[in-house]
Amino acid sequence: MSAQEKMHVDRYERNWMVASAILLVLFATAVSIAAFGMGIQVPAPEQRVDPRTVASDPNSPWSNPGIREVVAGEKYDVYILAKTWQYLPAEISIPAGASVTFYVTSMDVQHGFKIQDTNVNFQVVPGQVSKLTVKFTKAGTYNFICTEYCGAAHAAMAGKIVVSP
Amino acid sequence: MSTQAYEITPKDKNFIGWHLAVAIIALAIGSLFGPLQAFEHAGWDLYKYLNPLIKSYYQGLTLHGVLNALVWTTFFITGFLTFTVIYGFKRPLKYPTLNLIGFLLMVVGLVLAAIPILLNEATVLFTFYPPMKANWAFYVGLTLVVVGSWVEGWGFFYTYAAWRKENPGVRTPFIAFGSIITMLLWQIATIGIAVDMLTMLIPWSLGLLPGVDPQLSRTYFWFTGHPLVYFWLLPAYISWYAMLPKQVGGKMFSDSLARFAFWLFLILSVPLGFHHQYVDPGVPPAWKFIHAMLTFSVFFPSMLTAFTVVASLEYGARQNGGKGMFGWMRALPWSNPSVAAQLLAGLLFFFGGIGGLANASYNVNLVLHNTAFVPGHFHLTVGTGVTLTFIGISYWLIPYLTGKKLWQPKWAVAQAWLWFVGMIIFSNSMHILGLLGAPRRTPLNLAPYIPAEWNSRLFQVGIGGAILFVSGAIYLTVVAATFWSKQPATEKVEVPVAEALQDPALGPAWLDRWTPWVVATLALIVLAYGPMLFDLIKNIALTSPGFRVW
Repeated sequence: MSAQEKMHVDRYERNWMVASAILLVLFATAVSIAAFGMGIQVPAPEQRVDPRTVASDPNSPWSNPGIREVVAGEKYDVYILAKTWQYLPAEISIPAGASVTFYVTSMDVQHGFKIQDTNVNFQVVPGQVSKLTVKFTKAGTYNFICTEYCGAAHAAMAGKIVVSP
Repeated sequence: MSTQAYEITPKDKNFIGWHLAVAIIALAIGSLFGPLQAFEHAGWDLYKYLNPLIKSYYQGLTLHGVLNALVWTTFFITGFLTFTVIYGFKRPLKYPTLNLIGFLLMVVGLVLAAIPILLNEATVLFTFYPPMKANWAFYVGLTLVVVGSWVEGWGFFYTYAAWRKENPGVRTPFIAFGSIITMLLWQIATIGIAVDMLTMLIPWSLGLLPGVDPQLSRTYFWFTGHPLVYFWLLPAYISWYAMLPKQVGGKMFSDSLARFAFWLFLILSVPLGFHHQYVDPGVPPAWKFIHAMLTFSVFFPSMLTAFTVVASLEYGARQNGGKGMFGWMRALPWSNPSVAAQLLAGLLFFFGGIGGLANASYNVNLVLHNTAFVPGHFHLTVGTGVTLTFIGISYWLIPYLTGKKLWQPKWAVAQAWLWFVGMIIFSNSMHILGLLGAPRRTPLNLAPYIPAEWNSRLFQVGIGGAILFVSGAIYLTVVAATFWSKQPATEKVEVPVAEALQDPALGPAWLDRWTPWVVATLALIVLAYGPMLFDLIKNIALTSPGFRVW
């Protein structure tokens, strides 16, 4: 066995390797453009909370979860408390065209939060706050559902957003 | 590489056989619950008839996930690698007692974990995300299974060292080389889950800690969770690279590139776990993005594998008179159940890999996270690429170990095709349901948000599950009938180990040096995980008490 030996690579195999590498660079570029060009971002650390008191502490927005108007008709913050096996509040009304930021946390086990037909989909982890913003351009009813197993009635855990024209 | 036959002692055959026995029993019980979940999706809820034996869909799902994804794989792999180590090195294990202790630890752990699961005291699924809290025996049992597999791995390492001493300067035989890398990867990968279990989950389940930090626990879990996939996959790759070519009458197309791919898997499979946490609140997007890029890079050795394996198969088929650009595929020995199962496994695995790229794609995952797309994906990878390959291996390995003739090879071929067809129907509809927004691991018939347009797909999930159930039943019949058959093999079972087209000894020496690769592996893990883990541990908040919510 000699250390000078070069690795033998078949011509077709070399072409295949080059093509694979190009393909992967293309995928990475597409994802990067979507993330940094189009701004389709994933959740970032928002704040940490104590899941034992987050629903009762009067200073916690989740002791009074619900919708907060930032700019009427344009901008809203929504605080949602996830618990077995419901969201509080379970129904939200907003006007079409508004940009809505969701702040969701859990007071017990892990949950999921996915708004159907949007890019809002995240893990709800006790002790952490999950945040994403979405603009509802079309009027209609959007379900939000729990996508993480959270116990016996997990399948029933859902709510809805009514977007009025 | 010398391919002269080497005879494994009856005692070692017996030892390997016990691994397979536990694995196949786990597969049998675990697979019973798979179709039940599929049937629930289709609107045929059979779980209500299992009460009080099995209390819920979720208890069944826990059994399915733990037994199929963790127990079947780990026991089959440790057994198969015991075989490839002994046969590859052509020497017995250096310390058989050490391996026996490892195996017994795994069995004790399995029993310990199985008791609370069967008593509905650990209905936490195979991801067991805290603060959902199972009985302590569940955590201790699973930990013992992992520790036992470590001990078996140490037995392989000692055997390798002994072989190296006896054979200085000789190129490590490929099947043994791949086995050692698989076990090394496993030892490194499971550090995450071991730290999670020992510093948080076990003390917490015993009441010694007031709570856990769910975000930190998720991070530990996925440190292990993705390389776990390569622990499943690499033994299948050993078979595809070095054994399947022999079974189709060919040779290994490129020994050097196969070894190179294995090294890349070792280096790249751990530092990318955040791609399971793209939508976690507690991890900064920058880390997620870095792991996304690393995830794309581990796709490269998979592409290498695709080329080398298909080229080896084509070489074999052309040796047997295969002609044409695609026509050569007809010249493969499809009537050999071991070959048919592995070819079909590889074909579906290819599509699983493509779906995996979608999962890996950072923000694309916003559409897919925790939807039915995910189980749709991994039933093509671990559920078919790995499982159907292991089934294919068992079609020659069980006759080899028992000295019995495989019962009704035609039935075994039918089993492989039914798995293939059932999985296509099941997985295709799961992928589509996921894209439509259906959540995973949810009894959808109880969900209030199911639109009518999902119904036809949900029905197909059930049909796929039914076909898979039949396939599983045939597999068990073939295995049992072979095992209890009175008919000894008419001819000796040949162990399929392919020669390489080019003498492996001519490959570059750096393919057989361990230190640089292992140092690179550890360095990359420290770079990709160190800062984030340090931050999470520094800010640890044990503020989540346990919940029993099932």
